[in-house]
Amino acid sequence: MDDSLEINEDAVLRVMNLSVDFDVKGNNVSILSKVNFGLGLGETLGIVGESGCGKSMTALALLRMVPSPPGKISDGEVLLNNVDLMTLSQKEIKNIRGKEISMIFQEPMTSLNPVFTVGNQLVETILEHKDLSRADALKEAIELLRLVQIPAPEQRIKEYPHQLSGGMRQRIMIAMALVCEPKVLIADEPTTALDVTVQAQIFDLLKEIQAKTQMSIILITHDFGAISEMADRVIVMYAGYKVEEGTLDEIRNSPLHPYTQGLLRSMLVIKPDSSGFKMPLPEIPGSVPDLLNRQPGCPFGPRCSQATVKCRSMPPNFNLGFKRSVKCWLADNGRVE
Amino acid sequence: MTQPNTPNSDQIFSSEEITSEPDVKWRDTFHLFCANRAALLGLTFVCLFILVGIFGPIVIPADPFEMVAMPLMNPNGQTLFGSDYLGRDVFVGIIHGARPTMIIAVTATLVTVLIGITIGAIAGFYGGMVDNVLMRITEFFQVLPPLVFAMVIVAVFSSHIVVVILAIAITTWPTEARLTRAEFLKIKENEYVTASRAIGDRNFRIITKIILPNAMPPLMIAITLRVGITVIYEAALSFLGLTDPDVITWGKMIGQSRDFFFEAWWTVTFPGVAILLVVLCIALIGDGLNDAFNPKLRGR
Repeated sequence: MDDSLEINEDAVLRVMNLSVDFDVKGNNVSILSKVNFGLGLGETLGIVGESGCGKSMTALALLRMVPSPPGKISDGEVLLNNVDLMTLSQKEIKNIRGKEISMIFQEPMTSLNPVFTVGNQLVETILEHKDLSRADALKEAIELLRLVQIPAPEQRIKEYPHQLSGGMRQRIMIAMALVCEPKVLIADEPTTALDVTVQAQIFDLLKEIQAKTQMSIILITHDFGAISEMADRVIVMYAGYKVEEGTLDEIRNSPLHPYTQGLLRSMLVIKPDSSGFKMPLPEIPGSVPDLLNRQPGCPFGPRCSQATVKCRSMPPNFNLGFKRSVKCWLADNGRVE
Repeated sequence: MTQPNTPNSDQIFSSEEITSEPDVKWRDTFHLFCANRAALLGLTFVCLFILVGIFGPIVIPADPFEMVAMPLMNPNGQTLFGSDYLGRDVFVGIIHGARPTMIIAVTATLVTVLIGITIGAIAGFYGGMVDNVLMRITEFFQVLPPLVFAMVIVAVFSSHIVVVILAIAITTWPTEARLTRAEFLKIKENEYVTASRAIGDRNFRIITKIILPNAMPPLMIAITLRVGITVIYEAALSFLGLTDPDVITWGKMIGQSRDFFFEAWWTVTFPGVAILLVVLCIALIGDGLNDAFNPKLRGR
């Protein structure tokens, strides 16, 4: 149990036992169950999983933005520089948002306010957080747009969101998130709505900014390709549980949880002789469990090809070394996280 | 090119269509409004009404309460719209009545909208218990017949202009409150509201700077129409003799002359036409704004 908190001391963010419950017509539904992870300085952590597995809810819970009611954070600690965000007052958490932890969203099309120019929105955000004159704020806004590689920022700043392309809007969202040079940037599917070339540009941009500012990034996505491009470490989530954690290399090359293995198998591998296209992609049979009627045992059990009698009871997180854990009986080494 | 090219601005990019006006959306709306003949006519007449309200009593300084002619005279060279039962000039009355009508219509609308938007915004934004309580209060005011309620307030307190304005505002704000609440409920689900919360915006800023501007189009139409409705309320209170007796208003002119309608139609008709025109033209503006803001109705 002691080395369960094997999250090293220089971690910027430490999440322990984070749980979120939703109240659905009087029933308590567990959306997120005891999720643990740490985030180091300048590190990119990828959180991957399918729809409804709790990835976005993890992100919202970190900022205490779980829609309430019906949701509530029922348990857990989120330590940012050893301050527990879960115990802060509403006022204090608003100071954390944007300043220490920022977030960018999936839909750059709808994440900007349509009635103001992007310059106006940026300047307002800067003025809100910093003690600057309007002219200086405008200068800083132009600098920020230059940082996110928007061409001719002096012109763009006068434009409305609907006049910009999706990639540019996502860059502007990133610029707004960077106003206060946050220590942690949560990117919730930042490139899902963008095409692949723009996705690569946005990732390059994020990496470049990360190299300059030592910012830590939490990248939430359902796309293993995106994870492979960006992440240093990966958390795989399923039905509100963290099922596997490891470095990108470990997860990609030696996945231990059958769910992770299934996810990786269902990715299209492009081979030089196009033979990859002739075979149907293997899929994981079944579908995500109904969170309203959770069955006892391993949440992945009913879909797992390697399930045994043991899987009728819930597997703990088995600790397989430094920042490596798997929630599966197959990996049982007796070291419970 | 009206825009001076600064030496360090990038020539390649500044040659694009970017140099055109950035606020295309509002300009579009403005053009669409101007293309609507009826709305433009309404706007012209309302401007004329405002000019009469401001400058009328200065250009025609005659006292509207002064008896200048024989009672109930036909419209003629001396009294343009005839005279009423006390020999007062109806035309002078209409000119002088424009100012109090305008003042009451504008200020009462402002107060109505202020109460309505504040309550509606708080209810819509916070939801839950706050919403429940505020909406029950709103419904309480909504079920009272506004004119009767306003009459009671004026009768109980006084017929001072401030009381009249507050009476109209207090009885009519639920419409604006409900509209604002509905808009807030809709807009607060947008991702840009979540995004602004994620970068640490305070609730006050989210309400005033993020949601309210997006709720403005329907509210502007409602506000415009509200001005017309307020004119009618003011006229009704005046008609019943509940407003300041020392101030001439159109409603009061109709109210005082209603017994003489069959002998002298002009005493009632001209102030009535004045009220009708003002309210109709404001409604035309509201309709024009509605069309201009609503892209689905464009090109109808």
